[in-house]
Amino acid sequence: MAQIATMKPLAESIGAYAIRIRPASKPDLADIIRIDEEVSGLSKRNYWKDVFAQMRGRSQSPRFLLVAEDQNQIQGFILGEIRSWEFGEPVCGWVLAIQVRPKTRLEGIGTRLFSAICEAFRNAGISSVRTIMARDNHLVLSFFRSQGMMAGPFIELEMSLDEGI
Amino acid sequence: MKLQKASSFALFAVLELAANPTRQLSGVEIAEKYGISAHHLAKVLRDLGRAQIVDGTRGVGGGYHLVANPKRLTLLDVIQVFEPVGSDSGEGLVSKTPTDAELALRVILGELDDHTVATFRSITIATLLKLMARKPWASARPARGVGKAAVRA
Repeated sequence: MAQIATMKPLAESIGAYAIRIRPASKPDLADIIRIDEEVSGLSKRNYWKDVFAQMRGRSQSPRFLLVAEDQNQIQGFILGEIRSWEFGEPVCGWVLAIQVRPKTRLEGIGTRLFSAICEAFRNAGISSVRTIMARDNHLVLSFFRSQGMMAGPFIELEMSLDEGI
Repeated sequence: MKLQKASSFALFAVLELAANPTRQLSGVEIAEKYGISAHHLAKVLRDLGRAQIVDGTRGVGGGYHLVANPKRLTLLDVIQVFEPVGSDSGEGLVSKTPTDAELALRVILGELDDHTVATFRSITIATLLKLMARKPWASARPARGVGKAAVRA
């Protein structure tokens, strides 16, 4: 978490918004839960509480939770983590979640959040960033493509345990 | 993965029009730049017009311009005007009394179709223009897949 603590807030006007990107703090938790619920339609209160709890603790995998703030209102957030040797791959930055309030989309807030977390990864000595998502999530898939992300060297596989082997 | 000529020509034209939003370009101009048949491209542009992706003006100073939003127009939108994408890979595989082998193969081909559709749908014309500006193929480590893509006659 050292990278979070030393990261300078970045302020910039985007469209109608004066957006500042900064590390999330405990008072942001309610907004993050609300935005995630608004976008995904699912309440993940315990998950986000766990994310905050893990960030306060000592972890082998540094996490970055950044928020985009406009006049004291959180408009979006991004969660990332540095992982080593996941799936046999060397150290890499992972974007685990990104959400922007639907009303403030198309204002470049997602791009600012993604740029900020990439900068945080770079400052931590990381040279590549990776994510994974549902292939029918056209909106977010298009967003990451527009940021320059391409297909990586992995293929995700899964099976239903109900089918049995 | 191969695209039909018409799909590739359409993408060339749409990219060219998106890169020159303040100009009207003639089919001949675009065909000369890409070294492709002006006659074939004219037919492709007419199809793109019918799909409301481009619009054309006849006469002196006329030409084509993009009417679709390049930040919203995806590769899938353009390609699907000319060929089915990811829906017929298993066509002909399953007979009236399909064997387990046929059905299993169809499942695998369906996986490939799903990935193809998701990829084409996730890339907009604006994103492809950004990729062209970035030129990842010019770096020491070539972009994955470069050199394998092809145009089907």
